[in-house]
Amino acid sequence: MVKYVVRRAFQMIPVFIGVTLILFVLRAPGVLPGDPVRMITGERAISDALREQIIQKHALDQPLYRQYVLYVSNILKGDLGESFQRGRPVLDILADKFPNTLRLAVAGIIIEAIIGVTAGIISAVRQYSFLDVLVTLSTSILVSVPVFWLGMLFQIFFGIKLKEWTGGTFYLPISQMSSANFPDWVHIILPAITLASVSTAYVARIMRSQMLESMGQDYIRTAEAKGLTRRAVTFRHALKNALIPVVTFVGIDFGVMMGGAILTETVFSWPGVGREIFLAVGQRDWPIVMGGVIVIVFLVMIINLLVDLSYALLDPRIRYGGGAE
Amino acid sequence: MTTDHRDPRRPRANGPTDVAGHEVRAEGTTLPTLPGDTHAHVQAETATGSRTLWGDAWRRLRKNKLAIVGLVWIVAVLIMTISADLWVPPLFGDPLAVNTTPGASLQAPSLTHPFGTDKLGRDVLSRVVYGARVSLTVGVLAVSISLAIGLLLGALSGYYGRFVDSLVMRSADVFFAFPYILFAIALIAVLGPSYRNVFIAIGILGWPSIARVFRSSILSVKENEYVDAARAMGASDFRIMFRHIMPNAIAPIIVYGTMSIGGAIITEAALSFLGMGVQPPTPSWGLMLSDAKSLMFRAPWLTIWPGFAILTTVLAFVLMGDGMRDALDVKMKD
Repeated sequence: MVKYVVRRAFQMIPVFIGVTLILFVLRAPGVLPGDPVRMITGERAISDALREQIIQKHALDQPLYRQYVLYVSNILKGDLGESFQRGRPVLDILADKFPNTLRLAVAGIIIEAIIGVTAGIISAVRQYSFLDVLVTLSTSILVSVPVFWLGMLFQIFFGIKLKEWTGGTFYLPISQMSSANFPDWVHIILPAITLASVSTAYVARIMRSQMLESMGQDYIRTAEAKGLTRRAVTFRHALKNALIPVVTFVGIDFGVMMGGAILTETVFSWPGVGREIFLAVGQRDWPIVMGGVIVIVFLVMIINLLVDLSYALLDPRIRYGGGAE
Repeated sequence: MTTDHRDPRRPRANGPTDVAGHEVRAEGTTLPTLPGDTHAHVQAETATGSRTLWGDAWRRLRKNKLAIVGLVWIVAVLIMTISADLWVPPLFGDPLAVNTTPGASLQAPSLTHPFGTDKLGRDVLSRVVYGARVSLTVGVLAVSISLAIGLLLGALSGYYGRFVDSLVMRSADVFFAFPYILFAIALIAVLGPSYRNVFIAIGILGWPSIARVFRSSILSVKENEYVDAARAMGASDFRIMFRHIMPNAIAPIIVYGTMSIGGAIITEAALSFLGMGVQPPTPSWGLMLSDAKSLMFRAPWLTIWPGFAILTTVLAFVLMGDGMRDALDVKMKD
């Protein structure tokens, strides 16, 4: 197991180098049309003195490999640069917003896991039934819905129309201001459903196909032959194995969600990391955008590592058979 | 490797033991449907007479009602948008014509403006129809770029293996490590937001999935005896690749490519919605939704129709892709 952990951790190094190399190339002088100073300061007029200072600080007049080494060592030290428009370090700006993103991600994951797994199981156990067709069709529709549009529709329907139709007795709040009479957690319902929508469809699909696959295995026939009840076979034998890939998917998805859901957060004006990046895009404040990308890539890489390790704990075949590759 | 995640539209590996995309494999038509196959609705044909893989596939596809609905919708959208110049401006007005007459803006849907008008008095129906041009063009061009890069690298990787394989697959891992939309934003931040740069960015980001699917497809085809036979007869690498392997390895790519067009359309809409895509005044569905955001409650028709257009068009590609997967008997996990 220790060997596996070490090997898996080492696999992150080439990915890390690749990721930083790409982001570095995106702002390297002469490689792409972008002006490296502009990528560091964002788009606003700067004095020649400041420009000179930035060129010095980031070694922009030095050979490329030295710039890259400096770039990576800055990242490893946690220095993601500074937002010149706000005069604050990028890491601080993002850290401020992170708790909100985390809350939304947790709510989203809970919805995704519960609804997705349930729908997938029902669909598989009653294959080709009306419910199965319904689940399959709605997953196809859900993966085709643009999340930002879904968020807008939710707000129009639950926030305004429902309020009008029911004379204000039943509706869901769409912003903190419009609804002082709701407990705080209610505000998270619509954004969380929106955020979870597409992934829920995927969880349901994976759950269904995994469940069907594991129900076709020999050990299921053995369990049935032993005379176990259908319920016991389904839940104790089939589900246990079918869940492993689903847990992996949900885990990885959690990492993705923690990186900030730029579309959902933008549509609901949810003050998280994703919306911060959206605002930075609007203001052409590139350090926040680029810094945000790095932070999120890291976050996702670490979550993936944890997911892989827990996977190895759950499934001995991975520990003992050659491991990941 | 489970660095693959992020965009759920990508085929994903099943767990750490799976090398990229291994379970996406072409099984040909000779193998029976596996017990775990989710898509066994379509039974194999038992008709006699001359049969080809593609002929069989088409017969099976025709029986899949949902896939046909998708196909019909795609064709309908294509016809509508290609012929748009003939009927849209005379009936509903020019998509770019700003009307500043008092009362012309934000009209609710009516007979003259079935989808209403936006805040500049432009006809929404007209803009939605013309928006299909942007979406379909970006979708097709982006996927073409992904295919050009992905097929080449996937083929090299699958055919030559070893060092080339590791290099290509590790590069794919790096791409998968990025959050999809954010990576696109970062690319466009450097290139500058424009129509052209949107499909370039989406295209570049799409290659790793295509390369993975094609690579694993080639790996399974390469093991066939007819490939050995061709090699024994002295066929060149080039001939083996193009005459013997590619035609048999392409089915998963057709399925995946179809679905990718839908994915590219959604991504374009998302980028335009965030202001990093197609720029005004070009009618793009994502851009229209972005404008609609501040008028969501006053003029809901601005929100409803462009989104509905995205949903139906993307769904059509997804249903088509699903149907083709069943028809070509490609096993591809969700």
